[in-house]
Amino acid sequence: MLRTKICPYSIRTVYENKYMGAYMIENIIKIENVKYKYEKESNDYALNGISLEIKQGEFTAIIGHNGSGKSTLAKLINSILLPTEGKIYVKGMDTSDDSKLWDIRQAAGMVFQNPDNQLVATIVEEDIAFGPENQGVEPSEIRKRVDDALNTVGMYEYRKRPPHMLSGGQKQRIAIAGILALNSDCIVLDEPTAMLDPSGRREVMDTLKKLNKAGKTILLITHYMDEAVQADRVVIIDKGGIKLDGTPKEVFRNIDEIKKFGLDVPQVTELAQELVKEGINIPTDIIDVKELVDLLCQ
Amino acid sequence: MSIKAENIKYIYSEGTPFRTVALDNISIEVKEGDFLGIIGHTGSGKSTLIQLFNGLEKPTEGKIIVDEITVGEDKKLLSKVRQTVGLVFQYPEYQLFEETVAKDVAFGPMNLKLPQDEIDKRVRESLELVGFNFNKIKDASPFDLSGGQKRRVAIAGVLAMKPNYLVLDEPTAGLDPAGRNDLFEKIKTLHKKANVTVILVSHSMEDIAKLVNRVIVLYKGKIHMEGTPKEIYSQAEELREIGLGVPQVAEIVNELRSRGFNIRTDILTVEEAKEEILKEVRKRNV
Amino acid sequence: MFKNLTIGQHYPVESPVHELDPRVKIIMTFVFIISLFLIESFITYLVVGLFLALAIKVSKVPIKFVIKGLKPILMIIVITFIINLLMTPGKIIFQIGFIKITEEGIRQAGFMAIRLTLLIMGTSLLTLTTSPIILTDGIESLLNPFKRFGLPAHELAMMMTIALRFIPTLMEETEKIMKAQKSRGADFESGNIMSRAKNLVPLLVPLFISAFRRADELAMAMEARCYRGGENRTRMRQLKISKGDFVASGIFIVYFAAIIMIKIW
Repeated sequence: MLRTKICPYSIRTVYENKYMGAYMIENIIKIENVKYKYEKESNDYALNGISLEIKQGEFTAIIGHNGSGKSTLAKLINSILLPTEGKIYVKGMDTSDDSKLWDIRQAAGMVFQNPDNQLVATIVEEDIAFGPENQGVEPSEIRKRVDDALNTVGMYEYRKRPPHMLSGGQKQRIAIAGILALNSDCIVLDEPTAMLDPSGRREVMDTLKKLNKAGKTILLITHYMDEAVQADRVVIIDKGGIKLDGTPKEVFRNIDEIKKFGLDVPQVTELAQELVKEGINIPTDIIDVKELVDLLCQ
Repeated sequence: MSIKAENIKYIYSEGTPFRTVALDNISIEVKEGDFLGIIGHTGSGKSTLIQLFNGLEKPTEGKIIVDEITVGEDKKLLSKVRQTVGLVFQYPEYQLFEETVAKDVAFGPMNLKLPQDEIDKRVRESLELVGFNFNKIKDASPFDLSGGQKRRVAIAGVLAMKPNYLVLDEPTAGLDPAGRNDLFEKIKTLHKKANVTVILVSHSMEDIAKLVNRVIVLYKGKIHMEGTPKEIYSQAEELREIGLGVPQVAEIVNELRSRGFNIRTDILTVEEAKEEILKEVRKRNV
Repeated sequence: MFKNLTIGQHYPVESPVHELDPRVKIIMTFVFIISLFLIESFITYLVVGLFLALAIKVSKVPIKFVIKGLKPILMIIVITFIINLLMTPGKIIFQIGFIKITEEGIRQAGFMAIRLTLLIMGTSLLTLTTSPIILTDGIESLLNPFKRFGLPAHELAMMMTIALRFIPTLMEETEKIMKAQKSRGADFESGNIMSRAKNLVPLLVPLFISAFRRADELAMAMEARCYRGGENRTRMRQLKISKGDFVASGIFIVYFAAIIMIKIW
């Protein structure tokens, strides 16, 4: 069931919400036994009993092939979709509670795949202002947030440009800045790099790592392994369920299993395991090029 | 028979402040039977170059010769050129428009004004070439298919023109690893079975290294490197510097070499890397 | 094919005209258009022409840009001129067969051509000196008082912004689809009107599908960024009337008063 467009009884100020964040909630996102199907009558569950907890400040990568249900999960967290069964809590707020809708969307900002279809305004800085304008923030405060966000993503010199003149990577950085201006604690990104070239992908990943260091919780949905290895935690979803969950090292050592899910594995891990099979004495959970090289050169 | 580009220069927006030299002094030849890869990042001129091949754009200077026809010299031959050089754009699924898959694939042959039985034959052949069961797929609406399937239908639509050369611009963009591997497999079969000369355009070495037998690297509108995948691979560092994707194996090999490991740099696969590393490690331990 | 299109083209330089409040500029342009239709003498048009020339001079927009705005409607001006020339009854000056040229016809045709030319040049000056987004802000602010009569001022402005944002994207997309279909042997350039219209199907169907997909995704992205209509919404940029606006308004009032005076005489 899709959220009804505009919710009439939820005009709360964002300031209230700011103080709510003052006491730390350790699990910023809590997913409890969530099931979801797109059609009422069908028995086809896009998500089939998922439970997941995301800690504040954590950088989590969710990977899975197309149709594994990973994008559905993102939309559920942002309350664009509501679970068929189970509950999702964002900063303690139930996503099916209509009165909390805007607070949830503010708390967990979302970046989508197609950079062209999420920028609203004809000028970069106007676009970043869009979120806080919707929240009814004071004009001077919006200005400040917009400038801060532009500086954080390194796009300040481009603030007067029209978005269609920017590269894909730059557009996605603007989309991220738009979420920063909402003062979201958590950023959920649904395959933000799928339509980018290698340098655009690098730009986006560098920006995300920087934001994570500054304390933002990042939930990155992707199918690129080289991006997932840069996260603190990797969750693999297949056929609507969680199959593997752990640090990149813990997850990627299961090469054969991951390949069965139709996903790639980091070549460095594969190489390391091949070498182990040949009797070389190195660990099987290497995910970093430098780590492997260091071990081999000893 | 070949596609020949002779001293090509292409300038955008000549006479305005936005003037850009997209291609500068490009000369290449793609011979029949080739499997060529063109790599370069966004804005390197690769998309412009392939549009010159089938006469969608005209070079500012120089000429393109497709199977002895100089492109653009005789307007009447332009449709012949477009039929000879089949061009599959990035995200080609967005060009589908007919009610059924079969009708959409028939669009090209219909424009060639072929007899109906020839059209039907080609539609069937092309759909089978990209791995479909013709009878199952022919009446489906293209808009009900999955992303990867739509893309294969779009490719079949170009194949139905029976091109001698098939140019694919980022054919796997946006597909997941399984979809990507599947499509590359199909392209490989095309090259082998249907005897089509294939030109693959990409921004990543990783995708095309295992398929093609020659690579051209475009950078800022010029040919920056040219050679076999192995030769190009051995310069992984340089590829990275000009904003291109380099597979991890190349990174590992380069890093090892810089640390005094005696290892070949023209390694393409994990398997090869393993063999080479084992050789060296065993030598050291003896 | 679409590269020469100049809808609402903005010429970004710094000038006193650029800095005026968009609301002041919109009202002035509106009144300017009204003044054009009050005039009934060639000498007064000369005054208007001089006033407009002065405004263009102050705006630092090269005159050729303003004239370029006339190109797309040149045909309309010519047709209006000919219709007025041939259809106005009055004192016949000369006649070939059934074609009669009258004195009133020449006058009327001349007036219409001059009016249209000045009208387009005047409105071009507005769009050339005001960026689309500021123009939209101005329109929204001017329409706001009409909200109580049920006019959706905010929604109209938002629609305009989104349209402006997506015009370049859709143009690019049109060109891309066109090239893709041309690669499959499509012909968009020859044939009679009927077959040409039919040939557009392979272009229009994908374009519509893509536009709907974009609209859908954009709506979702806007909701995710807490968009809930114009209620309680603030704006980062505030429109402010400054000294320059008073000066410009003063000059304009003198101009309009002069036109009215000439009219009454």
